[in-house]
Amino acid sequence: MELTKEQQQILDGAKGETMAKIMQTLVMYGETFGATKMVPVTGEMGHLVTSFGLGVMKPVYELMDKLIADGAVSGQKFTVDPKPLDKNVPSDFLKNLVFRKFMYSAQDSYDAQLEQLGLADKDGYTCACYFDQVGNKPKKGDVLSWAESSAVVYANSVLGARCNRNSGIIELFGSIVGYVPYFGLLTDEGRKAAWVVEVKTSAVPEAQILGSAIGMKVMEDVPYIKGLSEFLGRELDEKTCAYLKDFGAATASNGAVGLYHVEGLTPEAREQGEDLIAPNARTYVIDDAELARVKASYPVMWKNPEASPKLCFVGCPHLSLEQLKDWTEQVSRGLKDRGLSKVAVPTVFTTAPAVMKEFQKLPQAKTLEETGVVLSYICPLMYMNNPLAGKMPVITNSNKLRTYTTARYYTSAEILDIITGGGRK
Amino acid sequence: MSVFQGRPVIPGTAEAEALVSHGGFNTLASYQKSLMFGDKTAKCGDQNNPDLYQKPMAGTALCLPQTIGSTTGGMVLYCAHAMERSPACLLFAGHIDSLAAAGAILSHVWTDRPLPTVDCLGEEFLNTVKTGDRIRVYADGKVEIL
Repeated sequence: MELTKEQQQILDGAKGETMAKIMQTLVMYGETFGATKMVPVTGEMGHLVTSFGLGVMKPVYELMDKLIADGAVSGQKFTVDPKPLDKNVPSDFLKNLVFRKFMYSAQDSYDAQLEQLGLADKDGYTCACYFDQVGNKPKKGDVLSWAESSAVVYANSVLGARCNRNSGIIELFGSIVGYVPYFGLLTDEGRKAAWVVEVKTSAVPEAQILGSAIGMKVMEDVPYIKGLSEFLGRELDEKTCAYLKDFGAATASNGAVGLYHVEGLTPEAREQGEDLIAPNARTYVIDDAELARVKASYPVMWKNPEASPKLCFVGCPHLSLEQLKDWTEQVSRGLKDRGLSKVAVPTVFTTAPAVMKEFQKLPQAKTLEETGVVLSYICPLMYMNNPLAGKMPVITNSNKLRTYTTARYYTSAEILDIITGGGRK
Repeated sequence: MSVFQGRPVIPGTAEAEALVSHGGFNTLASYQKSLMFGDKTAKCGDQNNPDLYQKPMAGTALCLPQTIGSTTGGMVLYCAHAMERSPACLLFAGHIDSLAAAGAILSHVWTDRPLPTVDCLGEEFLNTVKTGDRIRVYADGKVEIL
């Protein structure tokens, strides 16, 4: 790789041993993928994936300590994924003890490390940092040093920014030195589609199942999706962006998709159309039967598959303000239709702290509270990842949460029916 | 004995028992429980990976097409390696992905022990190697199934 004079000096130790090792890591990372140069990070803010202070992950926190001690902190402010704990989420004495004293015993000290490293704001904990209320929304063409698979795929696909699927720690290193290796999704060639996906369903496909199907098929390749804008329209309005957020998170967690193009809708597809399709691209046709097949393939991890759900999570990735308002209205109406006042299953809606603040100014906040639904900024995935929560029969409409935990997937319509007293079909 | 030649991403030598994943290896889903709860054998916790689910991963020659899932992947792999719960080596049939590369490189630069990693071994490698086979890895990227 050809480095500039400044980059070479950092690698040679001009800014100390720790900065040299950070540069060495990034250079090796780039060379593994054939990068010929490092390019400046032009996005205003970073985004980190690691938000949890798991006591056992000492090597990570020791590394952070070393960075701070040696002054190797982020040159740009950053947001970070959601926190793993929130006292408002239903729990019990034993869980609280395990969560706070055993699992996330390093949470407070890690939060302090994040502040020292460059955390933008105490409310900057969300996987959907690109929400207007949060303020970390890159511009088209910005080069980013981000991690968090759902945020990276959204930034690349919906916003037209440029970011590789960086790992935790690597994304921080890019923000520290201000450069990232130029390869993959940063390049025009790396943004070409190796797959054409033809959506031929009879109605708008469930975002989370469509994303899952595509992710499992194309893995880390870029798909060019035809037929979807027939359902979604050709404007990136709030509703469509929310759909694409959930769809993208499923492609990234059920596979390893970092960028997708939706014909006639996403920025690069609108500009370049089928020129984005690489020669010899393969084709994947998705119809109603294929979506049904994919949904039926999900394993049920509950000890007793017939158990009654004890908890429901909606909001992985975090809900947008519009989604929150929409869910509130639907739950309220569903309960009223059945003559109920409270949800039949303890339910948690999750969103960004900044969105929560906006929502709480609205009349819908009281409506939601009256339904018994808990509003939280928590990361459901982190909540679920322990033997106590893992044994609970939890339901969700998130394919990401299903993939990483024992939570059982239902479509949004099914979830609505269950939590408003319709039971499981 | 079968011999395959790959590209040494992190050069090193290793000899270990193969653990073969034919589907993408989800690093977070595979490792999170074992890291959280002190399982030194690092049994795979990924319910969606029938090849590996509940099999010990520590000290194995992990043979895989690529890693998938959360972008914590590289950090998790680095952490597992620093805690001596990672595979003895990583052997990729295709080109290594960005998350696995991060884990292997972080382990190389920031710990005292490299994590030998070879990619581009070819699809035939994954078709040939079976879980339980004895594997020997050389620094030049040569991999032998003994």
